This record gives sequence, structure tokens and C-alpha cells, in this order.
Amino acid sequence: MNTSSNAMPDSPVESRQTAATALSPNRPFVWCVRRELWENRSVYLAPLAVAGVLMFGFILSATAGIWESHLRIDATATPDKLADPYGFAAAFILGTAFIVSFFYSIDCLYGERRDRSILFWKSLPVSDLTTVLSKAVIPLVFLPLFSFAVTVVVQYLMLLYSTLVVAASGQSVAMLWSKLHLFQMSSGLLFHLLTVHMLWYTPIYAWLLLVSAWARRAPILWAVLPLAGIGIFERFTFHTTYFANVVLHRFSGPESTHAAGHDSMSSMFSIDAATFFSAPGLWIGLVVAAILLAAAVRLRRYREPI
Amino acid sequence: MSVIEARGLRKSFGATHALDGIDLRVEDGRILGLIGPNGAGKTTALNAILGLTSFQGDLRVLGRNPWTERDLLMRDVSFIADVAVLPRWIRVSNALDYVGGVHPRFDRAQAERFLTRTSIRSTSKVRELSKGMVAQLHLAIVMAIDARLLVLDEPTLGLDILYRKQFYDSLLNDYFDRNRTIVVTTHQVEEIQDVLTDVVFIDRGRIVLVSSMEEIESRFTESLVSPANLDAARALKPIYERQSLGRSVLLFDRVDRTRLAAIGDVRTPSIADLFVAVVGGRSAQAQGLVQ
Repeated sequence: MNTSSNAMPDSPVESRQTAATALSPNRPFVWCVRRELWENRSVYLAPLAVAGVLMFGFILSATAGIWESHLRIDATATPDKLADPYGFAAAFILGTAFIVSFFYSIDCLYGERRDRSILFWKSLPVSDLTTVLSKAVIPLVFLPLFSFAVTVVVQYLMLLYSTLVVAASGQSVAMLWSKLHLFQMSSGLLFHLLTVHMLWYTPIYAWLLLVSAWARRAPILWAVLPLAGIGIFERFTFHTTYFANVVLHRFSGPESTHAAGHDSMSSMFSIDAATFFSAPGLWIGLVVAAILLAAAVRLRRYREPI
Repeated sequence: MSVIEARGLRKSFGATHALDGIDLRVEDGRILGLIGPNGAGKTTALNAILGLTSFQGDLRVLGRNPWTERDLLMRDVSFIADVAVLPRWIRVSNALDYVGGVHPRFDRAQAERFLTRTSIRSTSKVRELSKGMVAQLHLAIVMAIDARLLVLDEPTLGLDILYRKQFYDSLLNDYFDRNRTIVVTTHQVEEIQDVLTDVVFIDRGRIVLVSSMEEIESRFTESLVSPANLDAARALKPIYERQSLGRSVLLFDRVDRTRLAAIGDVRTPSIADLFVAVVGGRSAQAQGLVQ
């Protein structure tokens, strides 16, 4: 063991080290985000897995002819029907990302205390601020952008396959492409993610992170029950539902007050930038989120293994 | 500037005083053993030094307040707070990547060199390693950090004797030099007493004894006295007396060694025996076991 293992490592080790230092001369924040992705592989594997299942289902159904009636391009084919599977795919991937974000956020600051690894992380020159922000970045920045990328790739693969099916059946590919506005769909999706998932939902994730940093056990219950309790208390004491409405409005998104329809794709894009950014709810939410995150940062300083 | 400087350091959990006014000064190049019974406040003291817990009183570590400046302090301080705090999911190579990424004083090549001497492979995950190997990995990481203060809180707890021996050998031979300071707590006092330059006995949140090893050697004497000389020996006021193999072992504080040599064999007490004499007696008194 000695001769072989001692002789070998030298050169690769040296080169790897210089590569690593050249790549990142001590950027704690970047490494903390990377660390989160090492630990929580489900963050990117779950959307990928759902994307895979969706692709498989689409190919199967398209091949079996279930969508054939919609693919049969003629004067009666409406773009809405044609776009249905694309909207469905986007909704599913975004939904998955939301669920992953929820469970990630509620566990991250609790998990490091439960497995005692917080003592190791705190032995390194990384501030609590950097740590908490690197964790907040996962649901607030990484997952929206990643699920956007996955959705776009899936949608274009679906289009590619539709094109093949349409072409094989001898119909007009140009007709399909002209009816299906995939680029508008993608840009609308990106707008939705940037506004709703990255800004409107921020206080939700900030709240989850705070509870995760605070709870000594059962963080999910602590995240949900107090909110439900306040809602119920208000309902029975004052016979009003202001608090419940505020919470539900936060989850249903800023469009919920404007859009009447329930169609996923159309409600997703039913809000324009001016309306969105002028809504006081957005700014109040962001201020609340900043306070909750600051509290989580502060709290982590006091936290010990449990 | 002292490495650690504490004045009137206090910490209470409700009614219990984990630290009840600690005054301590640790200079460069020392290896200090912090020794005390369970619940004496050792870990609380170390946690305060490392910025892991708040405190009252005055505490400076390398000139910084550890509670408010933990992240800056950790550039110059490393610690192993416990065995098995390395995250179980992490890959050995990723652990080195991460520490290298966030720590400006981490020498990855040195950590790799240390690891080649062990059977740890860089592709392994921490959960696949034995407890001893995890301790080796943590030591490899810590020793590759060019820190001024290293704090070890029971770093070898639960490891077998081979790993424990190796641990302290590596620390002394490959890591320690005159510019560094090490503070260590352990229950296996006998294993580290040859390593230490200073000891601090702590009991119920207070410091009972602070001494360098040279001072202990010149100040304390243990004398093995046969029954015939026992009365003469007791007249010299030993601080502690125990029986060993039919002879009485008496421990004296500041009594001339030549006088003691006349009554029986003399030697320097082990840290463990001294600890029992100094702290054990006090604890027993406090609990009403000894009048």
C-alpha cells in the first residue's frame, strides 16, 4: 500500500490544488451555495426526474395518438388546446420546484443542528449572514432559474417530437409552429418565475428559514400551526378572515385578485409588470422577508446542536 | 497580546452558574489542558472562547470578542468541538474543496499528504468511514489550517487507544510549534500529561488551579510512606492521602522534597492524582461527604 499510494498522488494532487485555487480564490458565498447543492441533491434531481417522467408520458401519449386530434392541424385547431401539454409540463415542473423549495427551506437550518454538523460549519470563517443567504438563494434564485431551464428544455423537446409526429403523418409542420407560440410561452414563464417565485414568494421562504433556525423539533409543525392557529383564532373571535386571506393570497400569487380564470397558463401571465411592481403587497412582503431573514441570521448565532 | 484573556467570565443557565467568574490568560506557544469533572464548565468555557455561546464578563481571543466576531476569529482559530461533527453526507474530496474555498489559510496539499498516510480515500463519504477515520479526517483538515489557536474538546472521545495515540503524536510532531497555542480538554488525562505545558483545573465554574508543568513539578510532591513513618508524614500536612499497595501515598503542596525523602520515596504526582487531590477533595466537601 505504501509504495504505490505514496508515489501516485503527488502530481495529480498538486495540479488539482492549483486548479481549485485558480478557480475560486476564497469565495465563501459561492462555496456555501455549492455545499448546499452537494448536500441536497434532490433540489435539482427532483425537477429533472419529473421532467423525465413528463417527457416519457408525452412521447407515449403522442405516439399512442391521444393528442392526435390536437395535432391534426386544421382551421378548427385552437392554439390553446395545442398548448395544453406544454402548460401542463410547466405547471408540473414548477409545482415540483415549489414543493422541493418548501421542504428544503424548512429543513436546512434545522438539519445542521440535528446532525451536529453546525459545530463544523461554525469552526470555519463563514459568517452567519453568508450561511443563511447561501441557503436562501436555493429556493429564491437557484430553483426558479433551474426549473425555468428544465421547463424550456422539456417544452422544446416536446415540440421537436410533435414536429416529428406531424411530419410523419404528412401534415404541415409550419402550421404547427405558427399555432404554437413557444417563445412567448417561455418568456411569459420567465416573467412569472422572476416576479412570483423570486419576489412574491420571498416572505414564505424567509418564514420557513426562520422557523428552521428556531425550532428545536418538528419545524414543519411550527411553520404551519401558528399561522393556522391565528387564522382560526381570528375567525372565531372576530368573525373575520383577514389574516387567513393575507396568507392565502401570498400562496395563490399576486394574480389571484385580478385573474378570474383557473387555467394555469393563462393566469400565470395575466399580470403585467406595472401592476405587479406597484402592488403594495409585494413591497410589504419584501420588507417582512428582510426582517425574517435578519432574525434567522441573528438566531443562528445562538444556535447549538440539538 | 495574549492568545486568550478572560476576566470575570460568567455564564448562567437559569439558576446554575456554568462559569462563575473565570480569570485566565493563555500566552503563545502553550499547550494547555483544561481539566475538570463532568459539568464543571469546561465545554461552556471553550464554547465562549470559540464564539459558540454568549457570556458575561470580559473575554478576548486574539484581541477579538469571539461572540460578535466569530467569523473573523475563525481565520486564526480552529477547533474540533467533538468527534463526529463532520457532516455524514459529505465526500472527503468535497470537504477539502469546501474548506479550501472558504478558508484563506487552508493548505489542501498538506491535508492530502496527511490523508495518504491513512486508509481514507478521497472518494469516500464521511458516513462510510469508521469513527476513528472521521477523527483522522477532521484532524487532517484542522492541521492543514495555519491557525494560531487550536481548541480541542474531547477530540478522541470514543476512539480506541491506537487512534488516540496517533492523534496526539500527529498533533505534536506535525502541527505544534512555538507560534501556536493548543487548548485541550479530555477525560484521558494520563494520555496527554506529557504533552501539556500548562494545566487548568476547573470545578463548578471556577478555576481551582492554574499552573505550568514545571511549577507543578517543583510545587507538588507525592510521597510513598510506610506505616511506621505515617505519623511523621501526616505532621507535614499533606493535602491528600490515599492507599496504594499497602502503603500510604501522601500528596504535599510546597513542602521541601528533601524532608519528604527522609520519610519515604518521593515523586512528582501524575496530573490525574493531583486532580483528584485538588478537585476531588473540594467536590467531596461540597457534597458533604467529607467533614
